[in-house]
Amino acid sequence: MIMNVFANRWGKLGAEILILAFIFLFVQYFITVGVFNQYHQIIITSLCINIILAVSLNLINGFTGQLSLGHAGFMAVGAYVSVVLTKFMGMPFLVGLVGGCLAAAAAGFVIGVPTLRLKGDYLAIATLGFGEIIRVILQNIEYVGGPAGIVGIPKMTTWGWLFAGVVITIATIQNLINSSYGRAIISVREDEIASEVMGINITSYKVLAFVIGAFFAGLAGGLYAHYFYIIKPETFNFLKSFDVLVMVVLGGLGSTTGAVIAAAFITLLSAALQAFPAIRMIIYALILILLMIYRPQGLMGNKELSVKILGKIWSGKNDAA
Amino acid sequence: MRVSRKVVWLVLLLFAFGMVAGCGGKAGGGKEAAAEEILIGINAELSGAVASYGSNARDGALLAIEQINEQGGILGKKLKAIERDNKSSADEAMSVSADLVTKGIVAQIGPLTSGNVQGCTPVMMDNKIPLIAPAATAVSVTVNEKGETLDYIFRVCFIDPFQGTLMAQFAYDNLGARKAAILKDASNDYSKGLADYFKKTFIEKGGQIVAEEGFIKGDRDFRATLTKIRSLNPDFIYVPGYYEEVAPLIKQARELGINVAIGGGDGWDSPDMVEVAGKANLNNTYFTNHYSVEDPNPKVQEFVKAYRAKYNKDPDAFAALAYDAVQLLVQAIKDANSTNPEDIKNALANIKDFEGVTGKMTIDEQHNPVKAGVIIEFKDGKQVMNTRIEPK
Repeated sequence: MIMNVFANRWGKLGAEILILAFIFLFVQYFITVGVFNQYHQIIITSLCINIILAVSLNLINGFTGQLSLGHAGFMAVGAYVSVVLTKFMGMPFLVGLVGGCLAAAAAGFVIGVPTLRLKGDYLAIATLGFGEIIRVILQNIEYVGGPAGIVGIPKMTTWGWLFAGVVITIATIQNLINSSYGRAIISVREDEIASEVMGINITSYKVLAFVIGAFFAGLAGGLYAHYFYIIKPETFNFLKSFDVLVMVVLGGLGSTTGAVIAAAFITLLSAALQAFPAIRMIIYALILILLMIYRPQGLMGNKELSVKILGKIWSGKNDAA
Repeated sequence: MRVSRKVVWLVLLLFAFGMVAGCGGKAGGGKEAAAEEILIGINAELSGAVASYGSNARDGALLAIEQINEQGGILGKKLKAIERDNKSSADEAMSVSADLVTKGIVAQIGPLTSGNVQGCTPVMMDNKIPLIAPAATAVSVTVNEKGETLDYIFRVCFIDPFQGTLMAQFAYDNLGARKAAILKDASNDYSKGLADYFKKTFIEKGGQIVAEEGFIKGDRDFRATLTKIRSLNPDFIYVPGYYEEVAPLIKQARELGINVAIGGGDGWDSPDMVEVAGKANLNNTYFTNHYSVEDPNPKVQEFVKAYRAKYNKDPDAFAALAYDAVQLLVQAIKDANSTNPEDIKNALANIKDFEGVTGKMTIDEQHNPVKAGVIIEFKDGKQVMNTRIEPK
């Protein structure tokens, strides 16, 4: 049977590549022939950036169980460093992006080492504070425009870059979670004392998750900066971190699929409500409240959607998956 | 069972395709509507951090559109506003303007803040649709980093530093000042820009700058600097800063016996000024602003009356500027005798002596209006309009 190929490891990889190639070419074709106009392209861009942000924050908040509210700060570091590299120093976009990611990861390390010894509310407040510190520092650096920010950033982010960014983010984080590191990370979330007894260095795993999360937030920042023409410190305030947090909670803490779906849902909802400013926040709030009442574990809980499950659904076997 | 499940998935997939294709089709169809109505996009901060700016500006713009339609529209067509909320963020502002452009607007009014206008800039430039910013005062809004004017970006407010020019004229001509001292916030471009323009104009008019001192945002004690300035005997002190620093500064100046006139810019405009500096200390202080509800000019009073009648509140500067932005656009459509965005853009660049609520304006080569400002005076803690200053 054709469907049996999904059971095989290489068959699964092949199917994944096939699906990804199909999505990429499908959107690329629509952009090329002009069915997706500029407005749709901007929404697709926001969507991809939000997916990267949500999936990377989900690693910290969902899988590691550390409540971080400083994600916008790492995004800011990635955005500013990548723009300094490309616009001010004339380096290629790839160098800018990687530089931004590494800088954000370094910031994540610097912030993570002292704060990840804290727990719960204390950690949330500390990360919130660090996110704001990054923003205030940027506001006071004349070289990057102070509060007015950097204007006239060349547009380099294309659908190809965005797609690659999303795929790399999801692939890295999913593979991490399914590795022995991932099991250690999840055990930290489930019970810190028990995992310490099992010989897991909790702080180092927390820092690892934090640094990787920050790395991809930096990627999102770099892609953002090279699409939206202007970056200013105000863009990366704590409300941005909350937006991402809402996506993660809505999708289900600890589900990458959930983070992707929620990021897409919130981006599209926000775009659809542009025309209804008066009721925009009401509808937004209402949807969140209703979801939290009827589905407190989030859209996906901690379940994932994979090619294997899709194959099972397709062939009608094992509905429970 | 197995077959029907596959069919369901296929139908769902096809449905998704159809939705996407449908969206594309709709956007294309929007352009035809422009034949009967002139569509004006309003891209405003209706929610988020600066929602009050955007809502007031939207009200002002809608009032202007309503009045023009009551008078029979323009070129035989009615105006129609499409309003969209940009959530006070630059990326949403960009997506809003892209959406508006696909709907076939002839021009966009807004956003209000400089950063959000700059978010829209690439979309407006790519699609060659003019944007009129009501209140974006940063110099960089209408020019690129090489200093070239951005063809499709205009504004109806004066740029920040221009307030320095107006205050210099007022201090020299109306107050008779000849020896001025400048105290600026050295950590902030707004303050430095105002100080530079003030200095330039004041010296050109024949005045003398006896001292130029700086302070830093967050300073609260200015006595040392003020004592130094007192010894130089200026007859006017220019303090273009924000009220957080200016209010204690004025209080300390009066306590040190400096009773000369003190002037500043719109950064002074806050109720906290009176609370911190004290009513009596604020006498004989003046600041420049875009507009005042008290302006006796009949055009202003007519606008204030209409606005109060429609919304039951006083129009602030954002409402007045957005009202002017729409009126300026209408003037340009009349001048161009066309609703083609390209013709409108050319007409906007050539506007001369347009009579707006916020003053008479001529668009200069950098798309900034050369226009009047008002001088507001503090009298026993109340803001009173002193005069309207026309630029020379």
